Amino acid sequence: MSLTLQDVKRVAMLARIAVTDEEAAAYQQQLNGIFGLIEAMQAVDTAGVAPMSHAQDVCQRLRDDTVTETDQHEKFQAIAPQVEAGLYLVPRVIE
Amino acid sequence: MINASLKQLAALLAGKKTSSQELTQSYLERIQAHNPALNAFVTLNAEISLAEARAADARIAAGSAAPLTGIPIAHKDIFCADGWRTTCGSKMLDNFIAPYDAHVVSQFKAAGMVSLGKTNMDEFAMGSSNETSYFGAVKNPWDANAVPGGSSGGSAAAVAARLAPAATGTDTGGSIRQPAALTGITGLKPTYGVVSRYGMIAFASSLDQAGPMAKSAEDCALLMNVMAGFDERDSTSLERPSEDYTRDLEQPLAGLKIGLPREYFAEGLSADVGAAVEAALAEYRKLGATTVDISLPNTRLSIPVYYVLAPAEASTNLSRFDGVRYGYRAPDYTDLTDMYQKTRAQGFGSEVKRRIMIGTYVLSHGYYDAYYLQAQKIRRLIAQDFDAAFQQCDVIMGPTTPDTAFNFGEKADDPVAMYLSDIYTIAVNLAGLPGMSVPCGFGANGRPVGLQIIGNYFAEAKMLGVAHQYQLATDWHTRMPNTI
Amino acid sequence: MQWEIVIGLEVHTQLSTSSKIFSGASTAFGAAPNTQACAVDIALPGVLPVLNKGAVERAVQLGLAIGGHISRRSVFARKNYFYPDLPKGYQISQMELPVVEGGSLTIQVGETEKTVRITRAHLEEDAGKSLHEDFHGMTGIDLNRAGTPLLEIVSEPDMRGSAEAVAYAKTLHSLVVWLGICDGNMQEGSFRCDANVSVRRMGETELGKRCEIKNLNSFRFLEHAIDYEARRQIEIIEDGGVVRQETRLYDPDRNETRTMRSKEDAHDYRYFPDPDLLPLVISEEWIERTRAAMPELPEAMRSRFVTQYGLPVYDAGLLTASKALAAYYEALVAAVGGEAKTCANWVMGDLSAALNRNELDIADSPVSSRQLAALIQRITDGTLSGKLAKEVFEALWQGEGEVDVVIEARGLKQVSDSGAIEAIVDAILAANPNQVAEYRSGKDKMFGFFVGQAMKAMKGKANPQQLNDILKRKLG
Repeated sequence: MSLTLQDVKRVAMLARIAVTDEEAAAYQQQLNGIFGLIEAMQAVDTAGVAPMSHAQDVCQRLRDDTVTETDQHEKFQAIAPQVEAGLYLVPRVIE
Repeated sequence: MINASLKQLAALLAGKKTSSQELTQSYLERIQAHNPALNAFVTLNAEISLAEARAADARIAAGSAAPLTGIPIAHKDIFCADGWRTTCGSKMLDNFIAPYDAHVVSQFKAAGMVSLGKTNMDEFAMGSSNETSYFGAVKNPWDANAVPGGSSGGSAAAVAARLAPAATGTDTGGSIRQPAALTGITGLKPTYGVVSRYGMIAFASSLDQAGPMAKSAEDCALLMNVMAGFDERDSTSLERPSEDYTRDLEQPLAGLKIGLPREYFAEGLSADVGAAVEAALAEYRKLGATTVDISLPNTRLSIPVYYVLAPAEASTNLSRFDGVRYGYRAPDYTDLTDMYQKTRAQGFGSEVKRRIMIGTYVLSHGYYDAYYLQAQKIRRLIAQDFDAAFQQCDVIMGPTTPDTAFNFGEKADDPVAMYLSDIYTIAVNLAGLPGMSVPCGFGANGRPVGLQIIGNYFAEAKMLGVAHQYQLATDWHTRMPNTI
Repeated sequence: MQWEIVIGLEVHTQLSTSSKIFSGASTAFGAAPNTQACAVDIALPGVLPVLNKGAVERAVQLGLAIGGHISRRSVFARKNYFYPDLPKGYQISQMELPVVEGGSLTIQVGETEKTVRITRAHLEEDAGKSLHEDFHGMTGIDLNRAGTPLLEIVSEPDMRGSAEAVAYAKTLHSLVVWLGICDGNMQEGSFRCDANVSVRRMGETELGKRCEIKNLNSFRFLEHAIDYEARRQIEIIEDGGVVRQETRLYDPDRNETRTMRSKEDAHDYRYFPDPDLLPLVISEEWIERTRAAMPELPEAMRSRFVTQYGLPVYDAGLLTASKALAAYYEALVAAVGGEAKTCANWVMGDLSAALNRNELDIADSPVSSRQLAALIQRITDGTLSGKLAKEVFEALWQGEGEVDVVIEARGLKQVSDSGAIEAIVDAILAANPNQVAEYRSGKDKMFGFFVGQAMKAMKGKANPQQLNDILKRKLG
C-alpha cells in the first residue's frame, strides 16, 4: 500500500503539524519508503497470538485516594508562554 | 585521574586525596576545553554543580557518604532536573527549565553524586546518529567525521572523551548500547520496569528504559545500585526487592553457556565487526564459557514492528507539546489550530515530525488492526524467540551494531537505511530484556566495536559479571581516543 | 405522521474521591485557577499516571448497584485529540474493555415502570475548563478540573421522549448520590448528561441518524434540549431533508441546539491502550468486599418499607427517594416506637412541604427526627389534637424549643378533663334551646354547630373525641 498526498495532509492535520505542499510531497515519499519496510509484517501469520502491550505480565498498581500534591502553580507558570490571572492563555476557543 | 574507575574515585574522595569540588572543577575544565569540538553537552551550570560538590564534600567530611558521593555524573538531556534547562534535544524545549527532578536524577542526588551537566541527544531520542539534535550533532571522540551513535550520543561521547566519569542514558531501540558501541564505552539497558521512567521525557513508553553509561561494567554495576529500584510514581515500575548489582562481578565464567543467534552473524554484518566479536567470543571460551548456536527467527521483523509501535506511542506522547503550558509557541498565528500547527511544525525537527506522522497514521481509523495490533502480536513472537533461546543458554552474545560508526550525512537523508542499523538492538526492547554493550576492539577504520550481551529478565547482575570478567582479561574498555 | 423519539444517554458522573484519578492533586471545587493542577495534571514532560483506588472502588459500587458485570480485567486507552483544556493531547479513558459492562435501571414514568438497559460504565479523566471571558481576545485555561475522575455511564437507546430520559437521569442521579460515589451537584458539573437523540416514523425498527447533544447540566435543560432537537430533526425529515450525524451544543438562553464547531474534525480519536498504565485487575475478593460494604439500595429498601412498616408502595417510594430521607424516617419510627403510617404521613406531609417551601434538604431540616417523634407521641397520648399538632410543628420549625416547652408556652395542651368539657357543654345547650330542639327533631347537621360553639369557648383545646362523646350523651 502507499499513502496519497491527501493521506499525508490528513495525518498532518490530525497531528497538528503545518505542512506546505512541498513538505507534504517529501513526507509522502519518505513515509512510503518506511511503510515499504513496515509492510513486511503483513506476511506474518499471527492468528491466535495475543497482542503484547507490556514487557511484563503484571497488573496496574493502585494509589490510595489521598491528596499528596501542593499548589505549585507559580513555579509551573513561570515557564508558560502566556499566563494571566493564574490562567494559561490561548487563542480564543470556539465551541 | 580521568581514567580512574568509580571505585578508585570513591577511594580518592574517601581518603581525602581529592575533594568533590576539585574533581568537579577538573571535569568542568575538561568540558570547557573539549566540548566546543565535541558538542557532547548542551547545558552546563557550574554554580549548581559546584554547590552539589560542596554538599558532597560536607557529607564525606561528616562520614555520611554513600559509595558514590562526590563523583560527578552527566545526565542525558531527556531527564528533567529541577532548575536545569531540559531540552530533549529539541527546539520545542529550548527554553524549558524543568520544575522537578526525574526519579533517576533524584536517586543520584540522594546518593550524593554531582550533576555535571546535560548531554546532547537526538531530538526526543529519535535517531541513531545524534544528527537530529536541534543543538547540532555530537562528534565521535574517536573520529570527528564519525557519528557517536544515538540517541544517547552526548552521554557516550562525554564518557568516551573522559569529560565525565559516568553518564545516564536511555534506550528505546538501542539508544544506550549503540552509542556505547560506537564510542568504545560500556552501557547497560536494564530489564523494562527496573528503572523508573518518572521524569524521563517519554519517547515510546512501553520500550523506554534508562540505564548507566560508563567506562566499565563494574562502574555500570555501581551506578545501577543507585538508579534501579521501585518508584510508586511509575505504574510500570516493578516492585522487587532491591539488588546489589555488583554481587556477581567476581563470579568466574566456567560453565557459562553463551547463545549465538544465527541471525546476528548473517548477511549485513561487516567483516571487521564480525572479526572483533569472534575474537571476544574466543576470549570467553578461554575464560571457561561455551558457546551454542541459537536462533531468533523473528529478528528481521523487529524493525517493522518497532517502527510501528515506537512512532505510535511517540505520536501521542508528544501531543503535550502544544505551546500552551510550557516550551515553544510560534510567534505568529491566526487562531488556535494555526497556533498548534505552527508551534509543532516549527518546534519539532523533521525526524520527529516524520515519526509523529507514521504513528498518527498507524493508529488512525481503519489501520489500527493492520499495523498497531499486528505489530503487538509479532512483538509477542519476538519475545517468545528469546524465551526459547534462554532455554539453551545463560546469556546471548553478538554484535551491538552491524558496522562501526558511520560518517555524518551518510544516512541522514535515508531514514530506512538509518533504521536498519538498529537491527541487533531493537528486539531486546520489544521483549523488555536487559542488554548491554561492551567494547571489544576496533574496526578497519579504527573506530570502536561493541559486543552485545543480552540476558534474561532481571539478569543484569549476571550480565555485569560476565562483562566484568571479560574486562579483567582484556583492555579494550581502557582505550581512549587520542584526539583528546 | 407519528414520530418516535429515541434517546440514549451518556452520563458523566464526577466520582467523589479526594484526589484525582491519576495524580495526588485535590479535586475540591472552587479553588483559584490552576492551584490544584499538579505536574501530572498539567502534563509536564516526563510525568506518569498512577490509578486512584478510590475511583475504581466507586466504579465497582455502581456496577454492582445496576446489576452489571464487573470486568475482572479492564484496560485504559488514550483518546487522542487536541484541545487546550486537555493537557496531554489525549484523554485517558476506557474503550474496548470498560470496568463495568451491562446492567439496568428501573425508572418510573407516571404510573408505569420501565427498565432501561445500561451498556457500560467506564472510568476516565475529566478535562480542564476554558474560560471565555475576554483576555485580550484570548481564552483562559484552568486545569484544576483536569484529571478529576469520571465514571461515564452509557445507556442503550431505550428511552422514548424527554420524560423518560429525565426520569432515567433522575433515577441514576439519586442512585449515585445514594451510593455516595458522586455528590450529584449539577451546578458544579458533577453530573452531566450527553443525549443521543434520533427520530423515526412510528413502527420503524431501524434507528434514525442521531445527534449527540453535549453537556446538559440540569434536568430541565435535558428535557428542553431533547424536545427541541427532536422537533428539529422531524422538521428536517418532513421537509425532505436528511439529518446529519454530529455533535451539538444546547444553548439554554435561546433554547436551541447548534453544531459544535470544535468537534467537527475530531472524528479520529486514534484509541490505543495507554502504555503508561497496566491492565486493571479487580479480584473476586475485592468485589465481594465492596458488595458487603455497600449501603442498602433504594429498591431493596422500598420493598422492606412495605413489609416492615406496612406502608403502601407509594409511600415507600417517596420515603426512599433519598438515603437521607429514608434514614430520617427510620429514625423517626424508631424514636416513636411504632405508628409507622402516622410517621410516614408527617414526613411526606408537613415536613416535606416545609422543606420544599424553604428549599431545604432533609439533612438541613430544623426539626429533627427526635423532635418530630416527640410531637407524634403527644398526639397519640392525646395531649395534642391534629390541628394543634400542626401549630406545634410550625413552632418547632421556627425554633421555639422542644415540643413540651412549646405546648406549655403556648398553652396548647388539649383539655381532656371531662368535668370541664361537660360544664361548657351544659352552658351551651342551655343558651341555645332552639337549636337543641331542632337537633332532637332530627336535624343531625346541628351537631356540628354545638361542636363549633364548644371549641370556640375552649379556644380549640377540647379533646375532640371526648367532646363528641359528651355532646352525644347530653343531646341523646
